[in-house]
Order: sequence, then structure tokens, then C-alpha cells
Amino acid sequence: MDFTLLFIQTINGLQLGLLLFLVASGLTLVFGILDFVNLAHGSLYMVGAFICASLTFIIGNFLWAIVISLPIIAFIGYLIERTIVQSLYTRNHLDHVLGTFGLILVLDTLAHLIWGPAGIAVPLPQWLDGRVELFEGVVVPTFRLLIIGTGLAVAAGLFWLVNYTRLGMLIRAGASNRTMVSALGIDIQLLFGLVFALGATLAGLAGMLISPITEASIGMGGEIIITAFVVIIIGGIGSIKGAFIAAIIVGLIDTLGRSFLDTLFKLVMSIEAAESSAPAVSAMLVYILMALILAFKPQGLFPPKVR
Amino acid sequence: MGTMSRKSLVTLFVLAALAILPPIFLWAGNAFYLDLATRLVILAIAAVSLNLILGYGGMASFGHAAFIGIGAYAVGIPAYHNTYGEFDLVASYNGMFQIFLAVGITAVFALITGVICLRTKGVYFIMITMAFAQMVFFMFVSLEVYGGDDGLVIDTRSEFPLINLDNPLHLYFLSFGSLVAAMLIVRTITRSQFGMVLQGSMGNDERLVSLGYNTFAYKLTAYVISGAMCGYAGALLGNFTTFISPEMMGWTRSGELMFMVILGGAGSTIGPVIGSALFVLVEELFSSYTIYWHLPFGIMLLAVVLFLRRGLLGVISGSGKNEGH
Repeated sequence: MDFTLLFIQTINGLQLGLLLFLVASGLTLVFGILDFVNLAHGSLYMVGAFICASLTFIIGNFLWAIVISLPIIAFIGYLIERTIVQSLYTRNHLDHVLGTFGLILVLDTLAHLIWGPAGIAVPLPQWLDGRVELFEGVVVPTFRLLIIGTGLAVAAGLFWLVNYTRLGMLIRAGASNRTMVSALGIDIQLLFGLVFALGATLAGLAGMLISPITEASIGMGGEIIITAFVVIIIGGIGSIKGAFIAAIIVGLIDTLGRSFLDTLFKLVMSIEAAESSAPAVSAMLVYILMALILAFKPQGLFPPKVR
Repeated sequence: MGTMSRKSLVTLFVLAALAILPPIFLWAGNAFYLDLATRLVILAIAAVSLNLILGYGGMASFGHAAFIGIGAYAVGIPAYHNTYGEFDLVASYNGMFQIFLAVGITAVFALITGVICLRTKGVYFIMITMAFAQMVFFMFVSLEVYGGDDGLVIDTRSEFPLINLDNPLHLYFLSFGSLVAAMLIVRTITRSQFGMVLQGSMGNDERLVSLGYNTFAYKLTAYVISGAMCGYAGALLGNFTTFISPEMMGWTRSGELMFMVILGGAGSTIGPVIGSALFVLVEELFSSYTIYWHLPFGIMLLAVVLFLRRGLLGVISGSGKNEGH
């Protein structure tokens, strides 16, 4: 086995995992605290990418574009929560799925109307566009390291926010008993709006970070949302720790599976059979993982505490 | 006048319209509308099958499009091998054999996945059914032999004694007859003791378990019947489109099927038929006006979820008052 390749693919897997974490953490926050299934979370990821792409061309600087896009996507999230999502809180999960499925169609078509059918490639500043030699013979793109760094920083920030701040305390209290929190004089509607906006911001940030690699495109939300759901289901709905661990596992398994599964298969079957079956199995790998975990732990690795 | 008789009237009216209108369109020279009606009726079978578990068993499957896909490939793959050789075991144009494959494989697939899925509840169930559908989706995407992503053209439709599926009218009436049969099957099931237990477990599972019913077995049986019925619809769909691809089992397709059931009214025999009719007609109408037809379509979906809680049938039959919330 080629260890340089193994190392580079591990870095790529980590990068995918942390990107998934950015999307999944927002999803699991909204799910765990608002008890709301947001299928349209991927569309916020897409909208974030498009807004940032447009701003990059207007301002001429990718990093400043991100800084300006973040409050915009937060505001869009807050608006969606106020207008549509909040009237669905009292409904069952099936209604959430169907309603946000409609929201996906609306947001994706609006993006199509505003930005056109083609994807937008986002240019990176020169200092980010290069590669770094981590050690002898192992060269990785600087930007992927930036994504990894951002993902880790966000994870630490969220952990601090939820566990050590007054806002986090309110969020946890709202999750376990929303009636009691509002009886204590807290504006629960504002709190829920903020949580949804935070989720939207995290998804948007992920979209902005991936756009220089894949470009901003209409279909990108639909591609990531299902994997993000797989992550939060594996991790246990509502658990940020679970989302983090599951995202890293899914990122690594997906990336390493795609590059090394055929090598592994060749050890136990004919070369021909390995080459034809490996791509199929590696594409199915994360879903197989999810089915296995749910078969043994029907509520995921870190099940939510009973309310 | 009770809502039951009004529902029956609606049922008779819809079925009569589906029996009479499409042949008239064909004779009037509008073959296009017959095509539309065929698609509508086939999707209605799938929606009726999903309704059996969603409307009567509370199992919100987000992966039913996989059964359609497997059913369609059960027609496409035998036909492909009969034309281009290899894999003699399944190579055949025989419709009976292909339908046997479609129903058999989807039933087995439903049995295996059902055992795992039914261990979970609520949103976990929605997501695990979706995960299994995605597995099937990616399996067919990677099967280069059968076209992978690009799909597979069915050169020869299923061959049956007496009927010729190349004749659009024959295909339509086979599909329509199948729809009526599917509705009768679901009606019979839900009115039987089996159906009562199924509906009871949707309301209060613990109570039925404590009464001594093995509700897991009941739900699993319903899930297998529903999957097999949906596989049958897939075999018809393959014969109708004569082109099959993994795209027909993507997760958005499963979402659309769910929407058809909810739109028409879950938990009634005719509801899903009305839902799929409205879905196909509105989709056709909007998409003929604008390429941005998903926008009004998405708004309609949102409006239905927000305001039309009992589905369209609830409005027609006068039982559409929202349950208190």
C-alpha cells in the first residue's frame, strides 16, 4: 500500500468530514432544539455558496466575501424561520419533511432564476491557492488545511457556546422544556429564530468553503443534505458531539473507501470482480454503515435524552 | 348523508373518468393525453401501495422510489440479456416472468430492509428507508453493464398472451385494471382483522402489543405487500417509458410519491389516486408554461402542508376540517 497516498487521502477525508460537520451541526441543532426536520438545510448551504461567489466577484476578495455573506445568510435563515418554519413546529415530522421539500423546490428555483443554470467557479486568493509540503513527499493544498482548521474552530466554538454561555444554557433549557423556559420570561420565539439562523449560518459557511473546490451550483444542496442526515442519524439526533464524531467517520470512510476499496477487494477476489464491484460498494458504504448502526442502535451512537 | 357515501361517489367518479376519458382522447387524435393518463395511473398504483403503510400503518417510507426502480430494472435487465446475450438464466421477454421477478425481488428486498427499518420509529424510520433507497440508487449508478448513470433502453416491451403492450391502449387498460385491483387489495386488507390491527398499531402500539398482537409481524407483512405492489408499478413504468435509469429512484422521487399520498389524502383508498392525478396534471401544466415550474410547484406543496391538512379528499368529501391544533 502507498502510504503517501493513504496520508493524503486521510487529509481529504478529514476535510470532507469537517465540511459535513458544519452542515450536520446546524441540522442537529435545529432538530435537537426545535424538534424540526429541515430537508431544506442543503438549500441554505447552496444559497451561501452563491451569495459568497457573487460577492467574491464584486469585492474581489474571497475571505471578505465570506465575512459579509455570513450575516446575510443568517438573516435569510431568520426570515425563513419567521415566515414558514415556525408555523410547522406543532406538526409531525412527516409534515416537516414535506413542507421543507417544497421549500427546496422554491429556493433551488429562485437560485436558478437569480444566478442562472450554470455553476459559478470561485477564485481563491493567491496565498490560499498553493500547496504546502507537510513533510518529505507529502504535499497538500493549503485551502484544504484551511477548511480543516475552520471546521475544528467551529466545533470548539459550538462546544463552548452550548456548554459555557448563557445563550447556550437557554438553548439547552429550551430543548428540554420549552414551555418552562418561556414561562420564566425568555422570548422563546426569538431564541428559536436565533438557533435556526445559527444553523443556516453554519450551512452557508460550509457552502462558501466548498465553492472554490467544486464551484457553486444548483444541485449541491441535494447532494450534501442526504449525507448530512446520515451523519446526524448515526451520531444521534441533537447531539453535537455525535455529529462531530459521525461526520469524521463518514468523511474518512467515504474518501478512503473510494480510493482503497478496490485494493482491499483484490486481496479476496479476482481483479475483474474487484474492479467492477468496488465502485458500487464504496458509493453505498456510508449508507451500509448507517443501516448497520441503526440495526444495533436504533437511536444512533449518542441517543438524545428522553424529554 | 355520511362522508362514507360521498367518498364512494368520489371514488366511482374518478374511476369512471379514468376508464372513459383516455380512450376518447386517443380517438379524438390526442395521443399525448393517453400517455399522460398512463403515467398518472401507474404512479397512482405506486401511491396506493405507499398509502397502505403510510396511511394505514403510520410508516412514512422515504424510499419507495427504490421499489419502482427495482421493478423497472426487473423488466429491463431480462429484456437486455435476451437481446444481447449472456446471463441466460434471466434472459426473457416473457411478461409473466418479468413481473414475477419484479414482485418477487421487491418483496424480498422489502422483507430484508423491513426487518431493520421497523426497529426504528419516526424520523429515524423516514431516514433509514431513504438510506436503503440510496444504496439501491448507487448500486445501479455503478452497474456499468446496464448503462450506469446513463440508464438503459428497453428495446422490447414485456410480452403477454392476448395483449400487446406496444399498443398504447392495451398498456393503458392493463395499468388501469391493475390500479383497480391494487385499490381492491388495499381496501380488502384494511377492512380485514389484519388491517384493523395495523391501524390500531398506528394509534397505540403498546396497547395492541399488550393485547397479545405481534404488531412487528403485522407491520412487516404490510411493508412487504406495499413494496411488492410498488415493484409491480415499476415494471409497468419500465414498459411505459421504455427507458430506465437510476434517476427514477432518487430520493426526490420518493418525496414526490409521499407528497401524492398526502396531497390526495392518506388513509383512504381513492386519496392517493386523486393526489397522483393532481400531481401529474399540475406538473404538466406548469412545466408547459415555464422552465421555472418548480417554483409554483414548491409553493403549492408548502400551501398544501400548511393549510390542507386532511388532503384534497378531505375537502371534497366535507371532512376537511382541521383537527384541533
